[in-house]
Amino acid sequence: MKRIVLFIVAFLLWLLLTSALDWQHLSIGMGVAFLVAFLFGNIFVQQPEKCFQIKRYLWFCYYLPIFLWECIKANFDVAYRVLHPRMPIHPGIVKVRTQLKSDMAKVCLANSITMTPGTLSVDIKDEYLYIHWINVRSQDMAEATKLIVSRFERILAKIFD
Amino acid sequence: MNEIIGMIIIVVGVVFDTIGCIGLVRLPDVYNRLQAATKCVTLGTCGIMFGIFIMQGFNSLGIKALVCIPFIFLTAPTAAHALARGAHLFGVKLWEKSVCDKYEEDKKEM
Repeated sequence: MKRIVLFIVAFLLWLLLTSALDWQHLSIGMGVAFLVAFLFGNIFVQQPEKCFQIKRYLWFCYYLPIFLWECIKANFDVAYRVLHPRMPIHPGIVKVRTQLKSDMAKVCLANSITMTPGTLSVDIKDEYLYIHWINVRSQDMAEATKLIVSRFERILAKIFD
Repeated sequence: MNEIIGMIIIVVGVVFDTIGCIGLVRLPDVYNRLQAATKCVTLGTCGIMFGIFIMQGFNSLGIKALVCIPFIFLTAPTAAHALARGAHLFGVKLWEKSVCDKYEEDKKEM
């Protein structure tokens, strides 16, 4: 089951990259995708049955524009701080707590935090994330959690947990 | 028309890349520099890719440019996370005007 999911992903990627549909390309692509699925099938997905639930993809489509908007906001935020003559930064590392369980969800949360305004995830230990914040507004854990994590956590829980 | 729109998006991407590089020089310590490097450079590079896709349309070059975007979005934050964690574990200090460092406090307890 795990290997089938990885095979489909690898083969689709091959089709996108070659964008040719004659039998030579297809057979080589099949072979390579099969090899990849055989070698790395165990480490790609933990719970393959989740890959076939349409609901998760719909939530992902809802998450994507929010993520992109935060990302663009982050860019203007950093550009403002970099180009301002006095550099208005108050950096520091704060600790926040997440309720997400699966590894994949935590990875996506950490990536989303890195791409959003002024925050960069430094380390994960169990359910605590250490975040470097370029403009610390609150050193308290609960307050920081509300400001940083809660925007994405609700949606990511629906996608991955 | 597609040519012009693609060019405009590429120019925006290059401007963000430049701002990221200025940030890399101006900001005071490793962690702040990583912030500038990941955010601006990721969106800038994705802008260049997307501009190429607009100019080329759905041929092999355009699709390849489009496929690159998710890979950059996945790898850039991961690389920044690895660099920040490695720097902190190695003992690189935060900027002297930093407000707090909860990670350092927790490292002492372990």
